[in-house]
Amino acid sequence: MNLLIGSLTVGLILSLLAIGVYISFRIFNFADITADGSITLGAAVAALLLVNGYDPISATLAGAVAGFLAGLVTGVLHARFKIHGLLSGILVMTALYSINLRIMGKSNLSLMSVPNLTGMAERFGGMLFGGRADINLWGWSLAVRDISILLCSLVVILLATGVVYLFFRTDLGTVMRATGDNQQMVRALGSDTGLMIILGLGLSNGLIALSGALLAQYLGFADVQMGIGMVVWGLASVIIGGSLVRTNRLGLAICGAVMGSILFRLLVAIALRFGLNPNDLKLVTALFVFGALVLPNMLAALAERRGRRSHA
Amino acid sequence: MLEITGYSKTFQKGTANEVRPLRNVSLRVEQGEFVVVIGTNGSGKSTLLNAVAGAFPPDEGRVTLDGQEITGWPEHRRAKLIGRVFQNPFSGTAPGMTIGENLAMALRRGQFPGFGWALNRRILKEFRDRVSTLNMGLEDRLDTEIGGLSGGQRQALTLLMATWRRPSLLLLDEHTAALDPRSADRIIHLTREIITREGLTTLMVTHSMIQAANLGDRLIMMHKGEIIRDFSGPAKRRQRPDDLLAHFDEVRRRELLDQSAADLLRRMYI
Repeated sequence: MNLLIGSLTVGLILSLLAIGVYISFRIFNFADITADGSITLGAAVAALLLVNGYDPISATLAGAVAGFLAGLVTGVLHARFKIHGLLSGILVMTALYSINLRIMGKSNLSLMSVPNLTGMAERFGGMLFGGRADINLWGWSLAVRDISILLCSLVVILLATGVVYLFFRTDLGTVMRATGDNQQMVRALGSDTGLMIILGLGLSNGLIALSGALLAQYLGFADVQMGIGMVVWGLASVIIGGSLVRTNRLGLAICGAVMGSILFRLLVAIALRFGLNPNDLKLVTALFVFGALVLPNMLAALAERRGRRSHA
Repeated sequence: MLEITGYSKTFQKGTANEVRPLRNVSLRVEQGEFVVVIGTNGSGKSTLLNAVAGAFPPDEGRVTLDGQEITGWPEHRRAKLIGRVFQNPFSGTAPGMTIGENLAMALRRGQFPGFGWALNRRILKEFRDRVSTLNMGLEDRLDTEIGGLSGGQRQALTLLMATWRRPSLLLLDEHTAALDPRSADRIIHLTREIITREGLTTLMVTHSMIQAANLGDRLIMMHKGEIIRDFSGPAKRRQRPDDLLAHFDEVRRRELLDQSAADLLRRMYI
């Protein structure tokens, strides 16, 4: 049961990563792999500030702002210097590796002994449940600490998701969505598509870095390696989410990304539980995404061929 | 008023594929004038429209619109003053977004998009009223995705969007060429109605000699990057489709094209 709650919490925290990837991949049609660097950047910036005694909320937000800036850089490389989108992301991601090491000063920063959001969530939970260490829920004995962190993550993610959804209903958000849909039309209606891509990647990486800042505080450390493979992870969540909701409608698609992230994390937890070697996890994730990208087309082609044969 | 002075453009300069779609073109379009542009394939008429819209910078020459020099303005900045409808019905609208969301962007053409709601009840009412003038029943489908509409419906909406905020200049680039005859007819009807009602300064490229003869109050013909004919007033009104074809024939004779090319022209334009 604690395993379940743990993976729910991580799934929720990483759903911000999934939403960020949804924005770059699905809304802007832009394969942005800055994410691998920006999720670590968010964790590194937040960790540095926490270690230096800043309050957890400012530290977390600063992490998100750092990710926003990293996204802007990728956007400027692509839109203003005309560098291929994938390459722009690779350049920024590579640069961020050194930058993250510089920020943290070493490859791993522990947050166990400094006040952070996890501690705040625990204190809040203590007040909510009247200081008990465990509560009984339908016969399960649950640690109040875990439950409080889960509830607080849920609140934070609901807030962030709601803000993103509302943002995409504003004029600016509408033009951003149209930029991914039809750039010619956006220019003809007087908006700078380059600027929209730059801002959109900023938003995407800001959310991803926020996810990193939260994850570091949940895990109790920031590590310079923690971002490796995170784009594929986010993509897997987006793909699962897409198949759950099966629509382009903005609100449902964002919910789908959140659900996809949670479900994917649960699947991973189950697989690990049943003996999957953690070292194989990234390979399995990559294979999963490959299958999810290719299978629908193969199935459709197969169905068509079968249909044609039955007509003949 | 639009003024193009000494505009030249060469694509792929210095390569075997070098093309010069515009050679020292000068054109002055008066306020409220409706100019129809015809010409053979590759004559530079679409390039002329793209040059005015700002799709590329000129090698030489200037473009001024309403007394402002816009030569150095990027495409999106010119869109404050210019409304456009493209040949491809898919170019003018965002397919994955709803009719309402598309119109919301047209409503604010040329303004920097801010944090206000794209749609609200008052705006939706305005959309319903204006879309109902199309008589296509689209006013009740403002929240359907545009990608599901027919080419004719999308082109009608694009036309409406291009003129929602009155543009200083309307550019129509063969905007009925990809439509079936019935839809093309409706769009032409709508085009004439909007241009007349709003008194819009318009440049319209067309391949249809019937449209060229019946629409507009001035007609220019382009060939190899130059304007070779310019009719306005009574001279324009006298032009019938056959007369226009005769101009093409004349060009053909001058160019000593062979008979097969002439047949191709006839097939395409009659």
